[in-house]
Amino acid sequence: MRFLHQAARLFVSLIVTVIIGGVLTAALVRLSPGFGVDEHTLDPARDASALRAREAALPESGNFFAYCARHTAAMLRGDLGVSRTWNRPIAGLLKERWPITAQLMAVGMLGGWALAIAFVFPGLLRPARVWKAMAATSSGLLLCVPSAALALLIFVYAGPVRAVMALAVFPRVYQYLENVLAEAASRPHVMAARARGIPSRRILLWHVLPIAAPQVLALAGVSVSIAFGAAVAVEVICDLPGIGQLAWKAALARDLPLLVTLTMLVTLATQLANSAGDLLTPRRGEVRP
Amino acid sequence: MIRRLAWGFLAVLFAAALLADSLTGGSYAHQFRDLPGAAMSWRFPLGTDALGRDRLLRLLVATRISLLLAPAAAILSTALALLVGGLAGYCGGVLDRITRRAIDLMLSLPWIFLLIAARALLPLNVSPSASLLITFALLAALGWAAPARVIRAGIRDLRDSDFLLQARACGCRGFRLFIRQLAPNLKPVLLAQFLTSIPLFILSEANLGLLGLGVADPLPSWGNLLHELETDLTFNPGVVACLALMLAVMACFRLLLPEGHVSNS
Repeated sequence: MRFLHQAARLFVSLIVTVIIGGVLTAALVRLSPGFGVDEHTLDPARDASALRAREAALPESGNFFAYCARHTAAMLRGDLGVSRTWNRPIAGLLKERWPITAQLMAVGMLGGWALAIAFVFPGLLRPARVWKAMAATSSGLLLCVPSAALALLIFVYAGPVRAVMALAVFPRVYQYLENVLAEAASRPHVMAARARGIPSRRILLWHVLPIAAPQVLALAGVSVSIAFGAAVAVEVICDLPGIGQLAWKAALARDLPLLVTLTMLVTLATQLANSAGDLLTPRRGEVRP
Repeated sequence: MIRRLAWGFLAVLFAAALLADSLTGGSYAHQFRDLPGAAMSWRFPLGTDALGRDRLLRLLVATRISLLLAPAAAILSTALALLVGGLAGYCGGVLDRITRRAIDLMLSLPWIFLLIAARALLPLNVSPSASLLITFALLAALGWAAPARVIRAGIRDLRDSDFLLQARACGCRGFRLFIRQLAPNLKPVLLAQFLTSIPLFILSEANLGLLGLGVADPLPSWGNLLHELETDLTFNPGVVACLALMLAVMACFRLLLPEGHVSNS
């Protein structure tokens, strides 16, 4: 019952956040100095009145609230509105592109978490200074390189571009995972278990991980957002037709309907991932000490 | 010791970047039209790019831009975070709940997505120097959320402390209490957030530059210089030097962070 109550609260909060995100984006784009500006602005053959007429002809340039109502109706209709750049329903664009982004994000999250776990767990099971130093150095180095530069380097030298996703997610997950698990491993009950001679693996599974579970689950939710951020750079650099590349093209073309819809969907996806982490977190008293 | 070395390296690099024009005796935009794509030489230690511009000079000017504007943007975003997080933590109630929700929303959206969406709000026909200022102003305007959360938590910890109770009893209230009593006690937190934001902003500018949404040519930036890799697939000393310098600078900033602090870059 408590689970259902919490799920309902999260659902309502999710919907409210997504709507606020969409309205804010629409308002910001509509009021921004770049609204209605496209490559025609740079055309010397068009004078100021021609540009003003062109801007006035945009469906988004009328009443802002009417635009929001039209966009909401399109969202409810299911086609998510029409992209100005592609002149197509946004739902169709997303349908074509989501598998590529989903695949990239899955590779990034699985690879990044696998690498992070491979580096963190051995250090917790037994003292392994060299291993820890290697992990800290590699994650530190990867944090110092922009993910777009990493993608470009691997792309130019014909490496596996999907590996960039794992390399972008790994250092961020590693840093937090290491801190959270090390903090949980230094609790008094873990030390008592060690003193009683309980094997390290058992301590990790039964005494450290359950304590760290809420933060680890929250981190899993956050890593969705990290993976999407990396996917934008990888898709743009490697010319992969995914949602990240769509967002980039929408930004370049100042495609308001597409930008608003993408912001709402990205907000929904990341908030869903974070909420799932919250929902799966054991309540106080349910955690095995 | 290692922190001093990091400070020393950054100081030397900054001095070299400031004196770049006099050291190389040219302008970053000057084109040696008879020497496009020149190899490394005494005259051009990193060669010239496809337009015949001195790569070393451009790298130093890009370093100057990053080392000047990233800290400036970090100061702005930390001040914004102090204002937002500080007010939320100090006032509590509805304001705190709304701020927390706004911070969660900002943090849940991928940083690079936020940046490219925000960059799209600006006109196409801006001058290179305007694009430079816009890029770093955007970073400052969007980078407040993570520091604000930490500052809010810090303020909430301090809100019920004894020294604040005493200050209130002495008649110190409102803005004066915030500025004279709370803010000075948050100095370590603010410094950590400031130092964390700098590498994040440098990386973000480089990412934006690589995606073609950063600083506009002919002004050099680390993002612009790395962008050369896309068109020039041969060994490029400019790109290698840029990557090496970026790694070194980022490593220095990471070393300057307080012990145990997790970077949000």
